Amino acid sequence: MPEVTLVEAINLALGRAMEDDASVVVLGEDVGVNGGVFRATVGLQKRFGSERVLDTPLAELLISGLCVGMAVQGLRPVGEIQFMGFLYPCLDQLVNHASRLRNRTQGRLTCPMVLRAPHGAGIRAPEHHSESTEAMLTHIPGLRVVIASSPERAYGLLLAAIRDPDPVVFLEPTRMYRTVKGEVEDNGDALPLDLAFVVREGRDITLISWGAALKETMAAADALTVDGISAEVIDLATLKPYDENTVLRSVAKTGRCVIVHEAARTGGFGAEIAATIAERGLSSLLAPVTRVTGYDTVVPMARLEQHYMPSVERIVTAARKACQFG
Amino acid sequence: MASKWMANEGLPVIAHFEVCHRNYLAPDGSINRPLPVFAADANLLVALYRTMVLLRLFDRKAVALQRTGRLGTYAVSLGQEAVSVGIASAMREEDVLLPSYRDNGALIWRGVKLEEILLFWGGDERGNNFSGPVHDFPFCVPVGSQAPHAAGVAYAFKLRREPRVAVCLFGDGATSKGDVYEAMNFAGIHKLPVVFVAANNQWAISVPLRLQTGAETLAQKAIAAGFTGEQVDGNDVVAVCAAAEEAIAAARDGQGPRFIEAVSYRLGDHTTSDDASRYRSPEEVQAHWKEEPIARLRAYLASQNMWGKTDEEQLAADCHERIEAAVERYLKIASRRPETMFDHLYADLPESYAAQRRELAGGDDA
Ligand SMILES: Cc1ncc(C[n+]2csc(CCOP(=O)(O)OP(=O)(O)O)c2C)c(N)n1
Repeated sequence: MPEVTLVEAINLALGRAMEDDASVVVLGEDVGVNGGVFRATVGLQKRFGSERVLDTPLAELLISGLCVGMAVQGLRPVGEIQFMGFLYPCLDQLVNHASRLRNRTQGRLTCPMVLRAPHGAGIRAPEHHSESTEAMLTHIPGLRVVIASSPERAYGLLLAAIRDPDPVVFLEPTRMYRTVKGEVEDNGDALPLDLAFVVREGRDITLISWGAALKETMAAADALTVDGISAEVIDLATLKPYDENTVLRSVAKTGRCVIVHEAARTGGFGAEIAATIAERGLSSLLAPVTRVTGYDTVVPMARLEQHYMPSVERIVTAARKACQFG
Repeated sequence: MASKWMANEGLPVIAHFEVCHRNYLAPDGSINRPLPVFAADANLLVALYRTMVLLRLFDRKAVALQRTGRLGTYAVSLGQEAVSVGIASAMREEDVLLPSYRDNGALIWRGVKLEEILLFWGGDERGNNFSGPVHDFPFCVPVGSQAPHAAGVAYAFKLRREPRVAVCLFGDGATSKGDVYEAMNFAGIHKLPVVFVAANNQWAISVPLRLQTGAETLAQKAIAAGFTGEQVDGNDVVAVCAAAEEAIAAARDGQGPRFIEAVSYRLGDHTTSDDASRYRSPEEVQAHWKEEPIARLRAYLASQNMWGKTDEEQLAADCHERIEAAVERYLKIASRRPETMFDHLYADLPESYAAQRRELAGGDDA
């Protein structure tokens, strides 16, 4: 099987989806001739024409609003937002329209659209290019929020998102676009949404993460073996609705949990997971659930960026502490 | 408008634009200019008249229901009945309507049942699952945010080579939003089959048009997006229809979008929660009563012997009967069970939310 990068996997999935279903339309700023600022849509306009791969004017609200109109009319639009920091004008459409049209009309109109955006820091980008505000999106009823953390899952989850009958925001870890490779067979097989992936089995502690922070989380799990700690690692993958069962099952087994995310701590999605465990898994806990997160600051620019991100060291320290508790 | 800051003598003018104003019927029902061909169809004019009257009486009933606690906040069309009814009358069944919350008239014309409209304003989503054209959008509440949807819908029509048109209605306040410009700009680029209609009732709650825009007309906003905008007398249903027919036909014919500014006046409060006397004088409102669309059309119809006193009495009785019957049906519709609020959230309810649904259903999940 060919080894591809995460961004190439996205490209394969988009091409496959467009090949299989003539109603799939890709739209966004620079997605046409240029193939997207990260090259996720490279070659698609040549293959499918400028009607199905269209360069929009520079207007994010419009991109999300067009997706709503197209989706209601039976197209399967996949909108691209260049960076998560520019997604905010789309919130009006996501909150007020995309996520609730089905409910408002009691199923008469539906909105099967996907909005893709790069997610997170670590690429020494300018301001507003390093955001990880996924928790904001997970608060929206009726929406799905999915994030990939490997080429295989990027391919399978994006296909699933495009085929899903409801609106999905699909986040792509920017710093993993070209730094990870994986074997992806372009066979059109989707992966299930709403399910977490246990990417490493373990006995002593559960580490939960998503997106690019999974890289440090896996490295931490490796490092912990030196202490004789066997860590189970979960890639949450779908943040809304999230797979509580896999989380609770794992914590029931290990009795300990550290949640790792790049987003700022307060109101981050880690708080939601911790609350679920407190409500429904308290009796299995041997130590408090803790979080290793970005700080409650604006994501710093390049010079301080690495101090903001959850490091392998911070994760290892938190995990050790949990294992030594009591 | 030459000023000392504009040294334009001798410079070539590279672009030149104009905005037309369309009117046929004067306030007293007399004719200002030859009527368009369709106006020879007495049945059509009478149908428009009947729907406008029905809408006005329906509004009155809805307000009464709201005042007695049997309906939620409601937005009347008083004074602007000609706009939504006139626009809708030029649409085909297969075209898609994207209405604003004040467009009950368009929904009624498109076959939505009165009790469905009441159900919506009575706080039940089932009112949006209406029996009008199945692809029409429900009322849009976030002002102007339906304009990008209209562009998306029209793009789908164009992509599939379907001779259908999206028709998007919004108020004058909405034209201040980027949404509307973003949508018009995109529609202009791709020559989409979409007609944008601003119902300029001159007020956005308490904010008058002059604080909404420095532009002389709203119609000229289309020029920046690369297509024609025209202003019509929104109290003249013949003008509204003519403009809509032309714009929709042009859009269907692949000539791209149009923008119609229909100028009327909101004679009533913004909604049942509003008190317009706080921000405008009775004299101002009184003056606009002289322009209103229903009396104007009635005067014209009467002058052509298309309408008389007995017709009017019969219509009032018909409307009364129809409205009362709808109200009766509306009041009999039982609320849904609480847990059904989950039923149309997703195509299939994710497992994570099933417990919350059971909780609402009275199960003991906690
Ligand atoms: C985006 C948004 N902001 C504010 C409101 C609250 N609001 C409801 S109606 C309205 C005025 C709208 O005026 P206009 O567009 O002229 O339409 P009209 O009500 O006069 O028909 C406002 C401010 C809203 N619904 N949506």
